Amino acid sequence: MDSYLHTVDSDWYRQRVSGALICVLAAFLILLVRLYYLQVVEGPEFRRQSQNNCVRLEDIPPARGLIFDRDGVLLVENRPCFNISIVPREAKNPKGVVHKLAELLDVAPEPLFARLAEVRGVRSFKPVLLRRDVSRDVVAIIEAYKLDLPGIVITVEPTRHYLEGKRASHLVGYLGEISREELKSGCFPDNRIRDFIGRFGVEKAYEPYFHGRRGEQRIEVNALGQLTRVLKTEEATPGNNIYLTLDFRLQRKAEALLSGKVGAAVAMDPSNGHILAMASSPAFDPNVFVEGMTYEAWNDLASNRFRPMENKAIQGQYPPASTYKIVTAIAGLEEGVITEHTRVFCPGYYRYGNRTFRCWKRGGHGFMKITDALVESCDVFFYQVGEKLGVDRLAGYAKACGLGLPTGVDLDKEAKGLVPTSWWKLGRMGVPWQGGETLSVAIGQGFDLVTPIQMLSLISAVANGGIRYKPLVVRRIESSDGSLVKKEVPVPLGRLSVSDKTLEIVKRSLMDAVNKPRGTGWIARIPGIDVAGKTGTAQVVGMKEDNKENPVESKHLHLRDHAWFIAFAPAEEPRVAVAVLIEHGGHGSTAAGPIAREMIKTYLGN
Amino acid sequence: MIDRRLLEHFDWVLLSLTLVLGGIGILTLYSAATANADIVGVKGLVHLKQSYWLAIGTGIMILLALFSYRWLNRLALPIYCFSIGLLVAVLFVGKEVSGSQRWLILGPVSFQPSELVKISLVIILARHFSESVSEEGFSLVELWKPLIWTLIPFALIVIQPDLGTSLIVLLIAGSVTIFVKIERRTLLCLTGAGILGSAVGWFFLKEYQKLRILAFLDPEGDPLGAGYHIIQSKIAVGSGMLFGKGFLKGTQNALSFLPEHHTDFIFSVLAEEWGFLGAALVISLYVLLVIWGLSVAVRSKEPFGTILAVGLTSMIFWQAFINLAMALALLPVVGVPLPLISYGGSSMLISMGAIGILLNISMRRFLFKE
Repeated sequence: MDSYLHTVDSDWYRQRVSGALICVLAAFLILLVRLYYLQVVEGPEFRRQSQNNCVRLEDIPPARGLIFDRDGVLLVENRPCFNISIVPREAKNPKGVVHKLAELLDVAPEPLFARLAEVRGVRSFKPVLLRRDVSRDVVAIIEAYKLDLPGIVITVEPTRHYLEGKRASHLVGYLGEISREELKSGCFPDNRIRDFIGRFGVEKAYEPYFHGRRGEQRIEVNALGQLTRVLKTEEATPGNNIYLTLDFRLQRKAEALLSGKVGAAVAMDPSNGHILAMASSPAFDPNVFVEGMTYEAWNDLASNRFRPMENKAIQGQYPPASTYKIVTAIAGLEEGVITEHTRVFCPGYYRYGNRTFRCWKRGGHGFMKITDALVESCDVFFYQVGEKLGVDRLAGYAKACGLGLPTGVDLDKEAKGLVPTSWWKLGRMGVPWQGGETLSVAIGQGFDLVTPIQMLSLISAVANGGIRYKPLVVRRIESSDGSLVKKEVPVPLGRLSVSDKTLEIVKRSLMDAVNKPRGTGWIARIPGIDVAGKTGTAQVVGMKEDNKENPVESKHLHLRDHAWFIAFAPAEEPRVAVAVLIEHGGHGSTAAGPIAREMIKTYLGN
Repeated sequence: MIDRRLLEHFDWVLLSLTLVLGGIGILTLYSAATANADIVGVKGLVHLKQSYWLAIGTGIMILLALFSYRWLNRLALPIYCFSIGLLVAVLFVGKEVSGSQRWLILGPVSFQPSELVKISLVIILARHFSESVSEEGFSLVELWKPLIWTLIPFALIVIQPDLGTSLIVLLIAGSVTIFVKIERRTLLCLTGAGILGSAVGWFFLKEYQKLRILAFLDPEGDPLGAGYHIIQSKIAVGSGMLFGKGFLKGTQNALSFLPEHHTDFIFSVLAEEWGFLGAALVISLYVLLVIWGLSVAVRSKEPFGTILAVGLTSMIFWQAFINLAMALALLPVVGVPLPLISYGGSSMLISMGAIGILLNISMRRFLFKE
């Protein structure tokens, strides 16, 4: 024992122990810091995870509300949709199973593998969706080969089904998968990832009514995520059912009449603003949006030059052309620049400064009074009315007629049109207003832009004695058990600034325009029914200088005029007003008039 | 017969620390067991068994404190050979539990010889080093004996296979060796050999062991497979937050999300229920225990006692550290029990036996003068 004392002493050991002590303390310090990190810094997150861990909430998505027409005909329902998922843990070899599945279904396995790869890092007992909305045949195949496909499960979920396909698709709208940003925005507190929400039309505008309330099931799971017991079930509340104002017979007719054409046809009950039909052509099938659209299919829809995704009734902006003469007539009479008896001579043109403004009738109309000018749509008469009014006075009346502002219909993306004023031009283009431009505006050309629904609203107001109603697309909303949730009542937006006398002159003129052989709307007359209406032929050529840049093959179509017809009937007790616009349809009376006539006939025919 | 001075110098602090930790273990096991008895319907009663083991352990601890630890110096080789014999025996007659032969059945009790070998290795190393320690440190050539003594049990435990315990054996031997100082060159050589060895060893690992190590590196990769333990342990520990969920209220534990909750992951149960305050307290108790063990080493005035105390303390330290680091997801999952708290007779008895020897050294510090 003495031997070692010569080599080391207790101080040496003390030193060695101190070294060991430092190592030990450092090691434990690491543990304490880590403990602090896990429990205090990250604690709340782990607490949340631990709560999810044992009691899991299973979502019960609510059934989306149904859509009916005004008479209770079902238009949109929910159908079962079969999805194929895989539970990786049960599959043992998920890749092999997916490969076999792809073989059975005769599809490329790569997209399925991609789905599988996407969810790496998520608990592997959670089903991974491989294919959405497969057919019953596919379900049958999978059931038959169930033993060869361990971990493959088929789940059923409700999916939107548009019974009428393309019919009324612009008004009804479509659904789309909710985005992460929308979820984060807090506007959709009851929605979850992969939910479908309204993207367009009534589906979008009434999303909160359609959605219902999500139910949930509290289930207890074991460490493998398998259900051990159900603790509590709170059923989902189905969304509300919506009854549209649409008369589907009329809607069907309007769409049939528009088929093969590009344009819009809208009908309204002038007494309350109910939209009876809203057709926009070409249309799209909203079913493809929930069935999962390919990128190419979307591209085809989005880049189609006839813009099938656009609801032309509310989004399309066109020069109102001669239909605008109603506004000019009202303004002229009300402002006293003309009277009922003022006579103007139409030689077929009107000289303003060094420019010549033509009447559509080259030979001229001869002497015209206001009633004649409306019936025969004399441009020269209204050039002079416009000239006397000036653009800004005219604009005031146009605005009172609801132009230049959205009508407020409960649909997305409504355009507001344009009512030009001298201030507007100065502000927009930096150039003062030219007097000649007033002449163009007075006959609905030039800068004027309106939507079909604005013109519908205007003609309805003329029909009902001057009250502009907000166009309504929904009549009533009922809960799933049939109790009333909301009844849409007519909303008067304002009165036309027009005296009864003036209105009477205008109405009489519009009636004559259809019912007198010299009237431009003669084509729209219906024996036994007094139809009142106004044609419009919007020149495309003069205004659109850029037409020259268009490809040669499309030039022909693009050069043709837009055809308008707005009408109401019966003239004495109006029950329906219509506005029809056919893009590049040619003359208003021949292209749009018959459509308006057939719609009125269909609606009043019963 | 017993020297009065021995009683005067009895190390009450060490005893108290040991019993407090053992008591905490029983409480935690009670929670782990009762919570699971309701749902799983098996296990149960582990806390009762553990309290028997604590009682028996206390007896062994006292017993080992009675005779002078100098006897261990003389009996080092026979003890070592005996424990190696048991290790060999376990390979032939051992009981296989979940794929590895670790258990020796002796009548009603089963025993893991690999636990005993930790102490016998420390004893024989302490004897060897106490006779040859020098300020220059050991060279590689001088270390051939300790190397062989270490590698024999290491190899025997590796082939059981029990990766955790074999690593603990290496760590203990390494700690003792570095404590008595080795040349820098030798240290580098051994470290290099260690790295090389583990690289080669990787190819001999069983599939589940590889998976565990891979899972540690990427637990989210297979959250229900190998990564499951790590994730669930983290969730259990983290969800305890500052004050814990309260005794018997740990949900991770109650719903069996936590695997091995009464053995390897007992600390996760504890941390979940007692929060950072409780868990930090338990870690502090281990710090105290280890510091106390080192102070015993310093206060012993003769080299065998000092080195033995360091070796035994390092054994407790490494097991505690590795187990805690594993529960906190700082290390891969290796089956190392938490001394005095994890359920298990062998582990409990060996830990208490080691502390008994520490008590022994502590009590007899006055017998040797500087």
